[in-house]
Amino acid sequence: MIPRTREGAQVLALRSAPFILFAVFFLLFGLLQPKFISPATFTNIVTQASYIGIMAVGMTFVLLIAGIDLSVGSVMYLSATVGGGWLLASGMPIPIAVAGALLVGLAVGTLNAFLITRIGVIAFLATLATLVVVRGLALTITQSESITFPDEITRLGSTRILGLIPAPIVIFASVVIVGHVVLTRTPFGRQVYAVGNDKESAKKAGINVGLVVAVVYIVCGLLASLGGIVNVVQLGSVHPSFGDAVEFQVIAACVLGGVSLFGGRGSVFPGAVIGALFVPMINAGLQAIDVEIYLRAPAFAVVIFIAVLVDSLRNRQLAKLSRRYIRVENPSLEHGNAA
Amino acid sequence: MTTMPAPGDRQGLVADSVGDALPDDPAPILAFEGTSKAFFGIDALRDVTFSVARGHILGLIGENGAGKSTLMNILGGVVQADSGRVLLDGLEHQPRDPGEATAVGIAFIHQELNLFTNLTVAENLFIGGFPRIGRRIPLIDRRGMSRSARAALKSVNLDVSPDTLVESLTPGERQLVEIAKALHLNSRLIIFDEPTTSLTVREAERLFDIIERLRSEGRSMVYISHILADVRRLCDELVVLRDGKVVATGPKEEFPVRTMIAAMVGRDIELLHPPRTSLPTTEPALEVRDLSQPGVVKGISFVLHRGEVLGLFGLMGSGRSELARILFGLDPYDTGEIVLDGERYESGDPRRSIERGLSFVTENRREEGLLLDVTITENLGLVALPRFGHTLLRFVDQDRLRQGAAEIAQSLRIRGGSLGKAPVKSLSGGNQQKVVVGKWLMAKPKVFILDEPTRGVDVGAKVEIYSIINDLAAQGAATLVISSELEELLGTCDRIIVMAQGQIQREFTRGEFQEDAILHAAFREEAVPT
Repeated sequence: MIPRTREGAQVLALRSAPFILFAVFFLLFGLLQPKFISPATFTNIVTQASYIGIMAVGMTFVLLIAGIDLSVGSVMYLSATVGGGWLLASGMPIPIAVAGALLVGLAVGTLNAFLITRIGVIAFLATLATLVVVRGLALTITQSESITFPDEITRLGSTRILGLIPAPIVIFASVVIVGHVVLTRTPFGRQVYAVGNDKESAKKAGINVGLVVAVVYIVCGLLASLGGIVNVVQLGSVHPSFGDAVEFQVIAACVLGGVSLFGGRGSVFPGAVIGALFVPMINAGLQAIDVEIYLRAPAFAVVIFIAVLVDSLRNRQLAKLSRRYIRVENPSLEHGNAA
Repeated sequence: MTTMPAPGDRQGLVADSVGDALPDDPAPILAFEGTSKAFFGIDALRDVTFSVARGHILGLIGENGAGKSTLMNILGGVVQADSGRVLLDGLEHQPRDPGEATAVGIAFIHQELNLFTNLTVAENLFIGGFPRIGRRIPLIDRRGMSRSARAALKSVNLDVSPDTLVESLTPGERQLVEIAKALHLNSRLIIFDEPTTSLTVREAERLFDIIERLRSEGRSMVYISHILADVRRLCDELVVLRDGKVVATGPKEEFPVRTMIAAMVGRDIELLHPPRTSLPTTEPALEVRDLSQPGVVKGISFVLHRGEVLGLFGLMGSGRSELARILFGLDPYDTGEIVLDGERYESGDPRRSIERGLSFVTENRREEGLLLDVTITENLGLVALPRFGHTLLRFVDQDRLRQGAAEIAQSLRIRGGSLGKAPVKSLSGGNQQKVVVGKWLMAKPKVFILDEPTRGVDVGAKVEIYSIINDLAAQGAATLVISSELEELLGTCDRIIVMAQGQIQREFTRGEFQEDAILHAAFREEAVPT
């Protein structure tokens, strides 16, 4: 899509603001510390971003229908508990443990979907409730003790597929590709956008809105447990605080990537992906340019603030550009509407 | 520039379109047989019986609250009738939800469109059923979709790419997309419900051309509108509803506009516009000097006097509503000044504007003017709430609020349920509009800006709103009325200023009101005959 007018170019630039901002900061760190721009740094950033990224893909589905899922952090923990503390500990093979962990996400996602579509609880409260209940359940199982995973698990985490790409990145990339294709190329994906734009119209168009909403929460739950598995594999052990407040990181990643909290706007790629990469990239950058460890948190806050500020400026500017203009001050810019 | 029909004389342009209608098929496409519906014991429809002939356009008119919406909601599966039946193509039609009505081939074109603005034009056409690459592969066949969409757009003469996002289209273009969708779904019956309210004159003309072409292709349609001249121009037969009952039906030849109005309100409205009872003073209330905002308005100067009703006329997109927003402080201005009561004031703060005695009834009452789920009393109290603060703690003095609301409701004749219990959305359009006016009245404003005060309001309520304006002026308020219905301004105003392309073109005082001269100024034609 090549913009025809200066306004068109401006809109395009504003719409790609997350991407541009990411590139600007990346290059800025690169200027200050040339070593920063290397495949190794990049691999590192993506690996660190992978579990948040996987969960952000699920959250994007939910945010697109103007919903929210606060339970993802708890789902991570319960998945790790059931898969590791229970199935693995009782001698089950790894695939069974993984399946068990994924089943947890599926189950909690289905419970959320049930509460929201059948009982009619608003998403914020329904998933807040499951956040508390699910974590409570997991803490009961673990008795608030840490779970240590066998070495073969951590070895999985450092496996490189084709001897090149770390396994977490491969899983992340697969989830992104599938998520992107589903949202942009399938009838279901387009219906997700339609529901996020206008639920009433979606009903009138014959879309099974309840089903779309339900599926979206199940997808989010499933990807939350997959994110949990990836993180477990990276860490090798799980503390009682595992997954605590991760929902905020996940939602923040989506928002930084331009996914609207009001529904209907945003994408898995580049949106949620860029958003998920943002935080690890800034961390890595601050480390690379040797910002003193106590200054990193404030520096980090400043960067995030700039990103959010640019985002709100962008939205305001977009709103202004889409306002009706009556007078054409420069006749050469006149659109065809009046003709 | 081609000759543009004036909104007022569309009747005169009616070609003899009855002659080229297709021969009557004996079975009507749609028939209501004794349809009745009551809400909470109050009859919305009583024994409604009429039919729509195949290949014809049926005009459905009636005041707000006459039952048109309920009737269409039954047809569209939003509500179910209590008794009677609906026959579509001779078969009983009882949709349980809107999706089912769409599935059997009924398409609704509303003023609020059912398009998804974040999807492309093509996706909107296919949202109910996307073409797939293969039967078992759930991927959208995007190329095939674009191809069929292009054909559908061509049939409504809309020259945009199927991959355009709907949000970047104008209201008129969106409506054409909606019609293309109806054609694409091969709908048997297309219902137009106030389709022209958000269209420019040109866009409306384009719509009428397409509607007439659809009829010549044998499509059946129902056309609902308050703009009676349009109804007369387009429709073959008319059905008039009043208080939930069919009060008149017949071919359009039997219904000159006067007869339509008489049937709708049940009496002859001799004086649609009550005569102005007071004279404007020469005391300025609001002065605007050389106001400009790049891209919006340029060099606007005028004086609004106490007790005066000043009309602001312009076509859609002339800048009239934008000027009102600037005056009220919702939008910024670049140069010039606004003087209220002899005091210059900066824009940008609607709250201060209210404190200074300005009030603004917006053109879009659903989105800007009312809290639809809240009671009538609370809506009436919205603006003036600070006045109802308790002396000490500033809690809202409910008794005084109730009393004030009751007085206003009575003087404006707001009808339709208990003031303290009924949510505003349960009122008819006309009564909703009176609530909007009422909430400003409670703040006792000095300057009233009314943007399209009678849009979507029926004839009876219109007359009441005109007399409210009249009373306001008599009490010394300065009133600026913005309207795209020239007749309305001619009837109610002391003076009319005409805007086009963000500038004031001409000014007319009551003695020199001339419909064609005003229209010429609005269309900005070079040679203005005077």
